[in-house]
Amino acid sequence: MEYELVAGFETHVELATNTKIFCSCTTEFGGEPNTHCCPVCIGLPGTLPKLNKRVVEYAIRAGLATNCEIAEISKMDRKNYCYPDLPKAYQISQYDKPLCEHGYIQLSNGRKIRILRIHIEEDAGKLVHRRGDTLVDYNRGGVPLIEIVTEPDFRSVDEAKEYVEKLQTIMRYIGVSDCKMQEGSMRCDVNISVRPKGSETLGTRTEIKNMNSIAFIAKAMEYEYGRQVDLIESGEKVIQETLRYDDVSNTTSSMRGKEDANDYRYFRDPDLVTINVPRSLVEEIKVSLPELPEAKKERYMNELGLPESDTLLLVKYRKVAEYFEEAAKGTKNPKTAANFIIGQIFRTVETESEKEQFDVGVTAKDLNELIKLLDDGKIKMNLAKSTLDKMLETGKKATELIDESDMGGLDESALKDLCQQAVDNNPKAVKDYLAGKEKAVKAMVGFVMKNSRGKADPALAEQTIIDIIGK
Amino acid sequence: MSESKIAKLHEGLVNKDFSCTELTKKYIEAIERDNGTLNAYVTVTADTALETAERVDKKIADGKDIGLLEGIPMTLKDNISTEGIRTTCCSKILEDYTPIYDATVWDILKKDNAVLLGKTNMDEFAMGSSCETSYFGGAKNPHNVNHVAGGSSGGVASAVGGNIAVYGLGSDTGGSIRQPASFCGIVGLKPTYGAVSRYGLIAYASSLDQIGPITTNVEDAAIIFDAISQYDDMDSTSQGRKGAPVCRNLKNDIKGIKIGIAREYLDGVRDDVRTAVEEAAEVYKSLGAEIVYFDLPSLKYALPVYYIIACAEASSNLGRYDGIRYGYKAENYKDVNDMIKKTRSTGFGEEVKRRILLGTYVLSSGYYDAYYKKAQNLRGTIISAFKKAFEICDVILAPTVPMTAFENGHAVSDPVETYLTDICTVPVNICGLPGVSVPCGFGSNGLPIGVQIIGDSFTEAKILNAAWQYENAANKFKSTDFGISI
Repeated sequence: MEYELVAGFETHVELATNTKIFCSCTTEFGGEPNTHCCPVCIGLPGTLPKLNKRVVEYAIRAGLATNCEIAEISKMDRKNYCYPDLPKAYQISQYDKPLCEHGYIQLSNGRKIRILRIHIEEDAGKLVHRRGDTLVDYNRGGVPLIEIVTEPDFRSVDEAKEYVEKLQTIMRYIGVSDCKMQEGSMRCDVNISVRPKGSETLGTRTEIKNMNSIAFIAKAMEYEYGRQVDLIESGEKVIQETLRYDDVSNTTSSMRGKEDANDYRYFRDPDLVTINVPRSLVEEIKVSLPELPEAKKERYMNELGLPESDTLLLVKYRKVAEYFEEAAKGTKNPKTAANFIIGQIFRTVETESEKEQFDVGVTAKDLNELIKLLDDGKIKMNLAKSTLDKMLETGKKATELIDESDMGGLDESALKDLCQQAVDNNPKAVKDYLAGKEKAVKAMVGFVMKNSRGKADPALAEQTIIDIIGK
Repeated sequence: MSESKIAKLHEGLVNKDFSCTELTKKYIEAIERDNGTLNAYVTVTADTALETAERVDKKIADGKDIGLLEGIPMTLKDNISTEGIRTTCCSKILEDYTPIYDATVWDILKKDNAVLLGKTNMDEFAMGSSCETSYFGGAKNPHNVNHVAGGSSGGVASAVGGNIAVYGLGSDTGGSIRQPASFCGIVGLKPTYGAVSRYGLIAYASSLDQIGPITTNVEDAAIIFDAISQYDDMDSTSQGRKGAPVCRNLKNDIKGIKIGIAREYLDGVRDDVRTAVEEAAEVYKSLGAEIVYFDLPSLKYALPVYYIIACAEASSNLGRYDGIRYGYKAENYKDVNDMIKKTRSTGFGEEVKRRILLGTYVLSSGYYDAYYKKAQNLRGTIISAFKKAFEICDVILAPTVPMTAFENGHAVSDPVETYLTDICTVPVNICGLPGVSVPCGFGSNGLPIGVQIIGDSFTEAKILNAAWQYENAANKFKSTDFGISI
């Protein structure tokens, strides 16, 4: 029998507000244990939470960017459970009145992943196990989170991967989170079930908790899909349970079964007042949203005529897109800027966060100037390319690296002189060429390009060299 | 004529009849003498009290003006956080807990150079009506030490009633300021929910808790209320006082005001208490007020609604006492879960455990709708009923407690019967209204009786005005000798 995977996501995203959700402690990652804490976020007796308005605004940004409806009236609830990293023995979260509901994210295959809800809540602290002791660090306690819950709309691992990447891109674009999975600022729980292809009913699901890399999510889902199919094939039943994924053995194992499920005893937090969300605020936030990657992609392809492969690379990081737009501004063909960025500048940024920051050696304005020199015919493409490399290396502007004499190319006699020198200085290449190795001429062209500092037209140089040798 | 004790002491300080140090020493000596009997204080802070007194004396000597509350010896219930001074909630679980920050109310009074004599006894986590659930044993009634001071703010009432503090701050979740004030023959004000910041008050039931003054007279309650009813950015539910300081209109004429009496409030009340309340109504009539009788049938839901909501919130609020970060921690355990279990099982007293269990039960899935949700709906019903009542009257007059102070040991022996005695005080908390208890005579056993004046939200000015007029007219019950001859 053929089976179909059905999955849904619950994604926790740490919001990039400066301060925590209910106090004014910093949200900065790391720090000496228990130094980003105050009486409120360690839940000392008598302290009271005070909702950070920025958190509400950020969550609304996230909701609008994922096509959600924004609630007019919302509230905070207590989720009661006991664990040493939770200093009040309850997490302040949202239960039945989340800030955002009914959104979606569209995938490249055209399918819409429906977003059931986005709610705000506080993060817990962290347990640190050391030499047989367990210590608690509450620095992360009270860092604001949004939890984004989808409907069980995923039908393949690839869809899941694309969703997580898209979500990451969107959240970074709108500036609500850096979504660093390694640092835990984005974490995913996946609900998985399988069913015979064509069936409409949902199978029994399991939930894999707290995965912090897209690769692990894919592996865990593949493993869990296989495990469930095997169970069904062998006549056994899938048990509803919560699983953890072990990336070393690439297996899932049970954390707790259905019967151990917590009764969270949700009730409204009496310490916090109703959250009223005026429509004017929603409008204000809507207007302030940047153009989202999906819209950018469409525009780059339709209006700027870029190929899809280029647009995908350019829109993935907001800073790259902005860089591109500034570099291409007022130039003849946006593709030129795209080529320089993808072909040369990308080589200087390696890590995810470097791409995210896109703090490269050449400003977009300087690249724009370089392209304009090219557009005006003042320099040739080769010179432009080598100049860009030098710019990246030295941080200097194009005009500082190219002097007047470099512009406008070489005149005919200068080119001839250089070609003659190339032939005279490369007897072996000449010999090879005459022996039928046509490629040998390239070495001599290289000599011309180098000694003309890229000003020479390589095609013209090649013809000239062939002419000289031919004589 | 009714007189303010605080104003009188202030005058004495300003006129240099006595120094603040002398006054403070006198109170410390009184504590040393009487606290053994009353058990009002669980922590005495004589050293810091004398330091503050010295500061005030220096100011006076330097010819500087001092505020009305400067240098006046007072106390705080032991659930109000005080930086550097242990704050126990009279529970074993917090026996050695010392806060690292001040509650907002104490921050205000500290800046006013209030002289804190110490922290006073209470029912454990404010759960109780006799002060006897305290880990340190109950506070005694200064009128008769074979009787309790009441609860949960029994220590404050005992100290103020016994004149080992000029005034104190208590907290009132279901009557915990008004009931002990009534038992001890003094004044207790439960402000409107949100009028006084709860920041630093160790929570029992967050939607019901409110801090307020316990004083010997109405004017002092008004003075303290004016001082502490400030908006606080640290408490989202805080609104501060609305309108002018209540002291400004405290002594206004009350001719023509309508005083409502809900018949249900008098049902099941002991005869001598009922008579005393009716006599109070007569006093009001003589002052030109109009008495309006009306029905408040939803009052019968008040007790179950209160106990469901209070226990539900308490079960969540008290979850944090796990032995990990502060407070008592059990010894000999297998693992962290075992440690938490043992800490809570041995760290909390019986009454606290009972309420945590009840609260956990009513919030559990499967029971939530039948109890908690229903209680919330009925809370709405009761709130509307009071709103309607205030369309026909300005203030409501009611007994504070259906009886006088229990004998020692009686309340803890029958917790359910004791719950029932909260019937007259809990409606005010459910609705977030202000209520003040004022002495209105003595019962057949010679113990004080209190009458309660309840107002609409943020009408402290109105109820205190009515209370002051009554106190002034009925002054026969109290002595103006404050025993401060130095």
